[in-house]
Amino acid sequence: MGLMSLFGRSFRHGVHPPENKDVTAGVPIRRLPFPPRLIVHLDQFIGAPARPIVKKGQEVVRGEPIAEPGGFVSVPLHAPATGVVRDIKLMPTARGPRTPAIIIDVYEASPQEVLYANPPNDFDSLTREELIEAIQRAGLTGLGGAAFPTHVKYADPPKGDFPPVDTLVVNGAECEPWLTADHRVMVERPRDVIAGVRIALRASGAGRAVIGIEDNKRDAARALEEHIGEDDPISVRTLPVKYPQGAEKMLIHALLGRKVAPGRLPRSVGVIVSNVGTLAQMGRLLPRGEGLIERVVTVAGPGVKRPGNYIVPIGTPARFVLEEAGLAAEHAEIIFGGPMMGMDVPELDIPVTMGVSGILVREPEDGRASRIWPCIKCARCVEACPMFLNPSMLGLLAARREFGKMRDDYNLDACFECGCCAYVCPSNIPLVQYFRLAKAVNRERAG
Amino acid sequence: MIRKPQIELRPSPHIHAPVDVVSIMRNVVFALLPVFGWHVWMFGLAAVATLAAVLAGSLGVERLVCRLRGENSTLGDYSALITAILLAMTIPPSMPLWMSFVAGAVAIGLGKAFFGGLGYNVFNPALVGRAFVQAAFPAAVNTWPPAFFEGRFSGLIPSNLTPPLMHPPSIADWSMKVVDAYSGATPLAMQKFQHQQTPVWDLFFGGVTSYATGAPAALIIVCGLYLAARRMLDWRIPLSVMAGAAGLAAILWLHDPAHYPDPLFVLASGGLMLGAWFMATDMVGSPVTSLGAVVYGLLIGVVTVVIRAFGGMAEGVMYAILLGNAATPLIEHFTQPRPFGAGRRRGKGGGA
Repeated sequence: MGLMSLFGRSFRHGVHPPENKDVTAGVPIRRLPFPPRLIVHLDQFIGAPARPIVKKGQEVVRGEPIAEPGGFVSVPLHAPATGVVRDIKLMPTARGPRTPAIIIDVYEASPQEVLYANPPNDFDSLTREELIEAIQRAGLTGLGGAAFPTHVKYADPPKGDFPPVDTLVVNGAECEPWLTADHRVMVERPRDVIAGVRIALRASGAGRAVIGIEDNKRDAARALEEHIGEDDPISVRTLPVKYPQGAEKMLIHALLGRKVAPGRLPRSVGVIVSNVGTLAQMGRLLPRGEGLIERVVTVAGPGVKRPGNYIVPIGTPARFVLEEAGLAAEHAEIIFGGPMMGMDVPELDIPVTMGVSGILVREPEDGRASRIWPCIKCARCVEACPMFLNPSMLGLLAARREFGKMRDDYNLDACFECGCCAYVCPSNIPLVQYFRLAKAVNRERAG
Repeated sequence: MIRKPQIELRPSPHIHAPVDVVSIMRNVVFALLPVFGWHVWMFGLAAVATLAAVLAGSLGVERLVCRLRGENSTLGDYSALITAILLAMTIPPSMPLWMSFVAGAVAIGLGKAFFGGLGYNVFNPALVGRAFVQAAFPAAVNTWPPAFFEGRFSGLIPSNLTPPLMHPPSIADWSMKVVDAYSGATPLAMQKFQHQQTPVWDLFFGGVTSYATGAPAALIIVCGLYLAARRMLDWRIPLSVMAGAAGLAAILWLHDPAHYPDPLFVLASGGLMLGAWFMATDMVGSPVTSLGAVVYGLLIGVVTVVIRAFGGMAEGVMYAILLGNAATPLIEHFTQPRPFGAGRRRGKGGGA
């Protein structure tokens, strides 16, 4: 551990899945047409669901707030297109349950200009608190996939003894195979990214920012470096490619050599982590006083005819995106997110939410993963686990339903389901699935 | 509107590394082939016949158990084949074939199926079979025929064809006919009981002597390194077995060089190399933690030398590895990895 952290080269363990980024990494971001209908879920981020402030039949203008935060750990939602609120009702989500969503029928003839904005009078003189409020007003959440309300990270924690934040870590690792959305954003919108980093530095109170980028994206690193000013306390660091480098604990360790203890936040080591995509939006939206209405999504995989990165309005159904990008498969697995941690969606009418970084379409495998052998204790999972758990033992305990023991004696709760263990398992044991089940049962028993 | 595709749902991760159980086992077989090839070169048709008898016993029991449990055949995972090859190399090729058959059947039946099959066996199945024949047929197991004997590719050793349940005839007379001078003792036994040392060079690189009982150490290391390079073998285990054995051997040798063999002889003789690289490394019976693998290897190395130096037998690798297998759950219990960022205090270990 010592030498690695001294050189700060990378974290230990992890895996090297085939990257498959070439298909989309060189293609400029394109804008999708507006879909005829948008489905904007009120609970598409972590925290209290937003509360709708529009009524059925009401006309909305692109960029106008349509829902207010449901609490501090919550964000407002903005109309992703000009149209009319058709209904507010339960709609299916990628996670499974049907949850309330605002359905907007988009006006076909509308020029779709952002007509609603509320720019602050003097953006550069806003205090830290005012900036954090502005971040919340913009409806920003972690666009890397977690969709955790961004302003909550920057606000002072209500309780607990934390050291002062000294470093802002900007996550440009994008370690998931196939995904290139952050890569393209860094290459094409470096000005927005750096503007966002400057705002985040102000909001965090940190003295410096370190942007971590895997070295398969050197063009992105160069693009950002060109926009960093002489007196900006911002540096770009390239890291060797390894999954899950974009996990915040791994990234902090790779960049700074600091280790965040299990169950603790990056703040416990004086760090705040934000994704580059989030900061690009911050840099663009905050000075203009606009809200988050769209995001860049990588659409790729063997089942897609025109893979690329697309600007997709929040709430666009997967079906519409795939119609535009061309769905080649008759029989497909459709993944929201990356192939390591992404979630399969059960139907195409499920919309793109803030946290969806990619839509991958894969054709069914040749059945190689269909056979599950018993654990042969090969230790590949133990050597892959970036959290230094013992997935082999956890898997055996899960099979025996000893879920409490998994948590109490084998640190199950430190697992963030990166999938390294199941990726390397030569017995094809669905370890991550076992661990999710065990955590769910433990939660149920505790609650 | 696109036609609704038929949608598959799977849990993440949605991609998988190309290595599976079968490919690991297949590579172990590949790695063992040169070692077994040398064995055949030394002992000829008798070695092939011994493997055939062991295979018949082990694969037969594996298939029978699958049928009794109403499961698909597990012969395709190669693990029973590995057990058979290892076992066939650790018993003398002069064994009556019926005994070899029993060894194979016991290895899989008692060593593996009894515990629940692949992944559940506590002990290395090949060594369970070997230990069984050690107890059941001590005379036959402790008599090695001379290696590189005349006519080894044209016929079997007379004792091979002993009828089932009968004791084999002595091969002493036969041995006198096929080689000039041969005592029937292995290099280890000669060192231990007669203080006659076989040149280490021959043991390492396979000098053509009648006293060889196994493939040369160098060949075994090369084959083991192939697996280690493909990450299908934990290099920590053979290295720590060798370190443990050489370390204790060095202490004894420095203490009394006339009585105890030098560390190089200890490493190169008997079954130590084969055991260290191909038996102690059996994934199922060895610890999954890297620190545990080192402790386990050192334990096996030290116990091997203790048995060789102080025990009644010349060889100790087999019992050392079986003991290591038995100690594995305990070793794992005390060497659980500490979660990332969890500080100095060792997390609570789990149940063994």
